[in-house]
Amino acid sequence: MPKRLLTLSVNGREHTVAAADGALLIEVLRDALQLTGTKQGCDGGECGACTVLVDDRPRLACSTLAVQVEGKRVETVEGLAKHGRLSRVQQAFHEKLGAQCGFCTPGMVMASEALLRSNPDPTVEQIKTALAGNLCRCTGYVKIIESVQAAAAATEAAQ
Amino acid sequence: MNPRMTRPGGIGVHTPLIDGIDKVTGRAKYTADIAAPGALVGRILRSPHPHALIVSIDTSAAQALDGVHAVCTGDDTPVPFGVLPIAENEYPLARGKVRYRGDPVAAVAAVDEATAERALAAIVVEYEVLPALTTVKAAMKPGAPAIHDDKPNNVLREVHAEFGDTTAGFAEADLVREKNFTFAEVNHAHMELNATLAEYDIERDGVTLHTTTQVPYYVHLKVAACLQIEESQVRVIKPFLGGGFGARTECLHFEIIAALLARRARGTVRLLQTREETFLAHRGRPWTAVKMKIGLKSDGRITALALEATQAGGAYAGYGIITILYTGALMHGIYDIPAIKHDAWRVYTNTPPCGAQRGHGTVDTRAAFEALLTDMAEELGLDGFAVRQKNLLPQLPYRTMYAQNVLSYGLPECLEKVKAASGWNERKGRMPKGRGLGLACSHFVSGTSTPKHWTGEPHATVQLRLDFDGGVTLFTGAADIGQGSSTMAAQCAAEVLDIALERIRVISSDSAVTPKDNGSYSSRVTFMVGRASIAAATELRALLVKAAAGRLKAHEADIEVRDEVYCVRDSDQTGLTWIETVRAAMVDSGAVTVKGTYTCPPEFQGDKKIRGSAIGATMGFCYAAQVVEASVDELTGKVTAHKVWVAVDVGRALNPLSVEGQTQGGVWMGLGQALSEATVYDDGRMMHGNLLDYRVPTMAESPDIEVFIVESVDPNGPFGAKEASEGMLAGILPALREAVQEAAGVDCDTFPLSPDRIVELLDTKEAAAARAARSAKETA
Repeated sequence: MPKRLLTLSVNGREHTVAAADGALLIEVLRDALQLTGTKQGCDGGECGACTVLVDDRPRLACSTLAVQVEGKRVETVEGLAKHGRLSRVQQAFHEKLGAQCGFCTPGMVMASEALLRSNPDPTVEQIKTALAGNLCRCTGYVKIIESVQAAAAATEAAQ
Repeated sequence: MNPRMTRPGGIGVHTPLIDGIDKVTGRAKYTADIAAPGALVGRILRSPHPHALIVSIDTSAAQALDGVHAVCTGDDTPVPFGVLPIAENEYPLARGKVRYRGDPVAAVAAVDEATAERALAAIVVEYEVLPALTTVKAAMKPGAPAIHDDKPNNVLREVHAEFGDTTAGFAEADLVREKNFTFAEVNHAHMELNATLAEYDIERDGVTLHTTTQVPYYVHLKVAACLQIEESQVRVIKPFLGGGFGARTECLHFEIIAALLARRARGTVRLLQTREETFLAHRGRPWTAVKMKIGLKSDGRITALALEATQAGGAYAGYGIITILYTGALMHGIYDIPAIKHDAWRVYTNTPPCGAQRGHGTVDTRAAFEALLTDMAEELGLDGFAVRQKNLLPQLPYRTMYAQNVLSYGLPECLEKVKAASGWNERKGRMPKGRGLGLACSHFVSGTSTPKHWTGEPHATVQLRLDFDGGVTLFTGAADIGQGSSTMAAQCAAEVLDIALERIRVISSDSAVTPKDNGSYSSRVTFMVGRASIAAATELRALLVKAAAGRLKAHEADIEVRDEVYCVRDSDQTGLTWIETVRAAMVDSGAVTVKGTYTCPPEFQGDKKIRGSAIGATMGFCYAAQVVEASVDELTGKVTAHKVWVAVDVGRALNPLSVEGQTQGGVWMGLGQALSEATVYDDGRMMHGNLLDYRVPTMAESPDIEVFIVESVDPNGPFGAKEASEGMLAGILPALREAVQEAAGVDCDTFPLSPDRIVELLDTKEAAAARAARSAKETA
């Protein structure tokens, strides 16, 4: 398949990669940029483990073409921790055991991050609606909801 | 030793996982994340038929393709494998016959995905199709073809056992009821897809595997056996693992296939499985039919129990013999029942092989028992709690008729906790229309104390190394699969050594580095590896105390350790800091290494006189009681669980945060089986092979699960701990069924309690009510 050069903004840095027209964002992230934090847990669009942010909104990297995000801001789980400090969402998922096996965690964390950017103080029902596309098989979701609430509280306290 | 229960990172204290930061930052490397530049792409060709003879396989065209480095078939794999030494009947690549749709037939390694695809397409397989036996009924029908030649009736194992006199027990009962229940087959649906990275080892003419397993040791044994090489030529590493729940408690075909391809190609092969293939590898909980019979006195006392269980086990033996024994083994040990009869059949079918899934073999029969007990209590006008309390174990220690020892038993307290928390006495029977409450109990083993391989080795081994930097490295073969075993092992050692958790680094699951461990299954790790970790740390502490005593010129017995300071008891003498003590211990010896082990005593390993009692033999049981509040939509039949109150007796909560998380996950996984999960095969074709058709509950459909921890402090457990992730699963099924009975007035005896079933039951009920009204009118 013919390839062409794409310039992508990922985690605040510009990357130029050679990608086939049909290349999926998840392939570019994992294979070309070695950002393996973004996970593939299904055969396409079923589980949410590959959730990344594109211009602050959650997107499934397995169902997004790399060419679609040219000129947009892509953020992955690797981009959240700044200056050796976890983001509030990451900190909360760690402390509240929002992650057990950790495989759904990058997608969960990114979907939670997107929610809190648009709605800093969500209700439980709003959290459930926002994260309903992200499957987790370990936690029963209870501690994930608590993690998001804790992150929201920490954000509020910091403001 | 009594834990202090207040030290950060210590026993009894909420402690985040020691590898949690790796997980939330995306740094954690799972098998598919490991860099392997230039790795070949492995792919598997699978049978399109559920049952067929292989007449011929022609791989010549595939071999001739540019970029194809290896092609393997069953001719390359003459050695069968299986998790039980007495039932190894699966080949990594089929030989002569395929037994389920998806059975691996050939495999290729090529330079890229597209070439591998072309190579698969170029392989020509000629089949002679046989009748597909995809149900127990078809497989057990007289004259059905044999799926395996050594079992002409397609029954892998029959179990017939009676303990006590059930005939007398039923005769003595005031009420005897018998009921049939059916449970759909379910799958673990662990989030990480199956994958193996296999690297040819030129030096040893062997292979190194990174693979998605709960049992690196079993993978190691089977890869060596199937490749016909020595175990020293194999290295198995388990990277971060995205869940398991039992799916990965045996070596699976793709792991051996990846190793075969790597050796044939003399290179590195990355074999990634799709979600569909991950469903095909399966090993889930089998479809099970249960006929349950209970005898009760009018006061609720159980006089006898008889059960029949039949499982559709899929195409190969796997864990089947153990699974079918478990359907009866855990009828013991939770209530005091004077007579138990167990008859069971494990049947081969032309569907993907079943295996161990959380609550291995015990869930469906426990659910059937509790459901029938609930129905009978109501018939006798007894409260659900009262009837269970009537049948509690009378004293400790208690030895079951199946030779299991119970030394700790927190079930009575579990019942009290959830009764109070759910407001049962005030609310049961008085719920608003469309709502209901349900109750059930369940339990599970804290590890099986009889090993599958009788090697005479301890059940667990942990090594500790202490070096100049004051760091302690803990080496364990225990596979952390997300349950937090590495954190648990570190906490146990930190508590004994009285050091900060951060001083301990855990290195786990690399056969070249870590001591062998049987793996993460049957909830054995906390009990056994925890004990081994304590043993190792106790030895290290003794060495440190000795060194401190020498330096402080005091008796070892007078050395006191507190917050990393070694000092002489009741003395003004300045103590030694941790690092001073470490350096004192290293004089003349250098880096210090110690080993701790744990072996389950023989009296906990069942009774050889009781056939099958090796299964269900354990050091102790985790007990759980739970109440669920649910509603039923009378139009759509949709059941919604709103809230679960669950109390678990875990002996001691080494890490209450993890105990809560495991308990919630266990209840929730059972809830999926109760509400919506089911595999579906259409004439052997898998219809559920994705996460949309296989319906695990989403966050939007999941209730709050409130956990109450009960600590019975088991005399043998590490700091008194028992297992904390399986015992609570089964109870949610019958509890939800009871809540639906109260909410909608229908008895659903087929799981899952899916909307179609509930609607059908509601329609039937409505029609019966209408008929009754009509006939009442006519009579009038």
